[in-house]
Amino acid sequence: MTDTLTHLDRLEAESIHIMREVMADAVKPVMLYSVGKDSAVMLHLARKAFYPSPPPFPLLHVDTTWKFRAMYELRDRMAAESGMDLIVYQNPEAMERGINPFDHGPLHTDMWKTEGLKQALDLYGFDVAFGGARRDEEKSRAKERIFSFRTGTHGWDPKKQRPELWNLYNAKKAKGESIRVFPISNWTELDIWQYIARENIPIVPLYFAAPRPTVERDGLLLMVDDDRFPLLPGETPVERSVRFRTLGCYPLTGAVESEAKTLSEVIQEMLLTTTSERQGRIIDKDGGDASMEKKKQEGYF
Amino acid sequence: MTTDPVYVTDALIAEDIDAYLARHEQKSLLRFITCGSVDDGKSTLIGRLLYDSKMIFEDQLAALEADSKRVGTQGQEIDFALLVDGLAAEREQGITIDVAYRFFTTEKRKFIVADTPGHEQYTRNMVTGASTADLAVILIDARKGVLTQTRRHSFLAHLIGIKHIVLAVNKMDLVGYDKTVFERILLSYRSFASEIGITNFTAIPISGFKGDNITALSDNMPWFKGPALIEHLEGVEIAAAADEAKPFRLPVQWVNRPNLDFRGFSGQIASGTIKPGDAVRVLPSGKTTMVDRIVTLDGDVDEAVAGQSVTLTLSDEVDCSRGDVIAAADAPPEAADQFEATLVWMADEAMIAGRAYWLKLATLTVSATIQQPKYEINVNTLDHLAAKTLELNGIGVVELSTDKPIVFEAYADNRTLGGFILIDKLTNATVAAGMLHFSLRRAQNVHWQASDVNRDMRANLKNQRPALLWFTGLSGSGKSTIANLVEKKLHRMNRHSFLLDGDNVRHGLNRDLGFTEADRIENIRRVGEVAKLMTDAGLIVITAFISPFRAEREMVRSMLPEGEFIEVFIDTPLAEAERRDVKGLYKKARAGQLKNFTGIDSPYEAPETPEIRIDTTAMSPEEAANMIIDRLLG
Repeated sequence: MTDTLTHLDRLEAESIHIMREVMADAVKPVMLYSVGKDSAVMLHLARKAFYPSPPPFPLLHVDTTWKFRAMYELRDRMAAESGMDLIVYQNPEAMERGINPFDHGPLHTDMWKTEGLKQALDLYGFDVAFGGARRDEEKSRAKERIFSFRTGTHGWDPKKQRPELWNLYNAKKAKGESIRVFPISNWTELDIWQYIARENIPIVPLYFAAPRPTVERDGLLLMVDDDRFPLLPGETPVERSVRFRTLGCYPLTGAVESEAKTLSEVIQEMLLTTTSERQGRIIDKDGGDASMEKKKQEGYF
Repeated sequence: MTTDPVYVTDALIAEDIDAYLARHEQKSLLRFITCGSVDDGKSTLIGRLLYDSKMIFEDQLAALEADSKRVGTQGQEIDFALLVDGLAAEREQGITIDVAYRFFTTEKRKFIVADTPGHEQYTRNMVTGASTADLAVILIDARKGVLTQTRRHSFLAHLIGIKHIVLAVNKMDLVGYDKTVFERILLSYRSFASEIGITNFTAIPISGFKGDNITALSDNMPWFKGPALIEHLEGVEIAAAADEAKPFRLPVQWVNRPNLDFRGFSGQIASGTIKPGDAVRVLPSGKTTMVDRIVTLDGDVDEAVAGQSVTLTLSDEVDCSRGDVIAAADAPPEAADQFEATLVWMADEAMIAGRAYWLKLATLTVSATIQQPKYEINVNTLDHLAAKTLELNGIGVVELSTDKPIVFEAYADNRTLGGFILIDKLTNATVAAGMLHFSLRRAQNVHWQASDVNRDMRANLKNQRPALLWFTGLSGSGKSTIANLVEKKLHRMNRHSFLLDGDNVRHGLNRDLGFTEADRIENIRRVGEVAKLMTDAGLIVITAFISPFRAEREMVRSMLPEGEFIEVFIDTPLAEAERRDVKGLYKKARAGQLKNFTGIDSPYEAPETPEIRIDTTAMSPEEAANMIIDRLLG
């Protein structure tokens, strides 16, 4: 049995089709850009979809001011390379109140990310936002549509999702409504890695193992990325060879001890590992079983 | 199960990751659906596939073990179903209520599984999941045999055009792995399958719970010679690959114009292959040209095949935009505007014959109206029933017409150019999925006759701009009175006009119509068409109809050139109209002697942004008429 196209070819074609389809009905689309590996793949797909035109939308980074420094560096480099506008949004209220992951717990994510995203979308009047969520990440995402409708207040109602048949997407919406579009819904973590390798896509070096200053706290290995990290009595950063499977705010993102310095080694480690990708993130855990579903109903991506 | 040859990759991953990746990268992709009723063990089977292919990590497994003990249905053993029942609501109910997509990979292929629920009210979900599938796994509980839902699932899978059907006779462990049980089920399924046109299927006795005949042939059933489920899934032909042998079709999604020197046409190839130099025809215009380049970020390529998203440039400057189809010049598809189709209704609001919906097929969106179904299909008995409409999950055969010709192929030949969705124009909901069978002869034979004298010439002769003043409002709101005054004034000003009055039209043109929702829609459609002819003749047309539904008023608006439809909302509150009750109709309606009376037992959908709004409680008919004329001629 031979098939001309590999699974990556088909996934790529599907994602590009989705991105182009958005352009038919969207008034003011935007691509959410979080600088992680999924964002890197999204940006690459967008460049392919519209080449030789630059992608006809800006990148939006909903910033928390607490990302890894290496992420900010790559973000600025990629925006320049792609020729796309980069909008960086920081929730002014969170800024003013000095919301941070050390003192404010779940409020940090809520204000910087969930509220920040809503504010940014409202401020600029974006009616379609591309996101890099994948169905294999988490159970409630397995059921989300590729075109996901949000009310005027950014709510998500799992019972009111439109059926998606064939490759036909209904992107019609009423005034005030917006759509989150997930072009890489059908990709798995392995697909992402393999595609990064195949297409030679630049990613943040934190995905590769290197000696980094770390402390162990609440079962997570955290990297001390700058001097805002408050050390507890008796805590001293220890240099360990670590890498990250997923990237977010540095005080909330657990590292894994690793020697994987190349893409192949990272993939190898991933395939042989026994814990799932989102485990390094604290965000899923608060609120018990259905926490991601709940966050989505509140407007989290 | 980790010793199973299908998944023994760990050694290779550990020893030579690059060799593994090189091999993995060449894997193809198969999409399939699993259908079964609530207790057939569908979620368990999927959980098993994920588990066996090591798609479940340690932390997930730990959570699964804890959940199994807490809410599981398998006692102390692992309840694989919990892995795939995602949303909180359905975990509580213990059933899956939507389509969920899962992913796993074996040595030879990567798989996307659409997990679709088996409940009758969820026909919608199954059709959705099946629309992208190459193969369907139909689960049967070995203890129960072929049930009504087995027939329903098989019919739906066949309806949506799935070529590969797997009959998975599950829970064989609970019938002692008995060969005769399996064979009895096989026999009864075979006779049913041939009834509905399924000529080919593969039956496999399995146990999702115990893992028999999933990845390898089971020692518990030595009488079964194979294939095991995974082996079969790895071998079947992918539908998209078969499309490569068909003639070339590219529905144009997006015109790529970075600058004046480049004009590319982007889209996903629906069928066939293409090379620079190939002769193509752009439809519906019919112009022929050649493919010049196939452009990608990594440089031009020599060939592209069905399934790929590409950007082509053409040798000549031809008109081509989103919704057009670039096709092989020697084998172009047809264009038509009237069709027979199968519809699967997916909305809570029933289908309304005569109402205009958006129809989206490939990359084209047009306005379409559906006629009353020729028949509805009972999915359980497969009987053909008479029907006036289709309700949620109803399946029927209808005739439909589009407001302009669309390029199409029969769904059986091409899913992309034959499958469509219908969208409600007001709520924007996706209300139906459809599959085109064929175009109706009359569409091909009725041609538009062009006349030498056109509408502008006719209007110029009358020294006026044609327009349609569309009065809408409750019965007794004052529509006819004001409309009549407007026409009198226009007449005095030497304007050529015609007043179409609701009551009068029902004496002649529309005397065969009653007051049901469908008849009211047809009433307005006919009046709209007549008014359009009259504006073509250069007249100022005035209509006075209650026209209670927004959708129909919008339908008439879309028939006319931009700006010619002027909606005049005679805004009289219900209480006031009822107080006036000029014709005594409200009294009759309140007494129950008149059915479907607007405002009483039939809704009135007020215009949201009419061109003109007349508040009759604040303005006399004379003032209203003057205001309308000012707006019309001003």
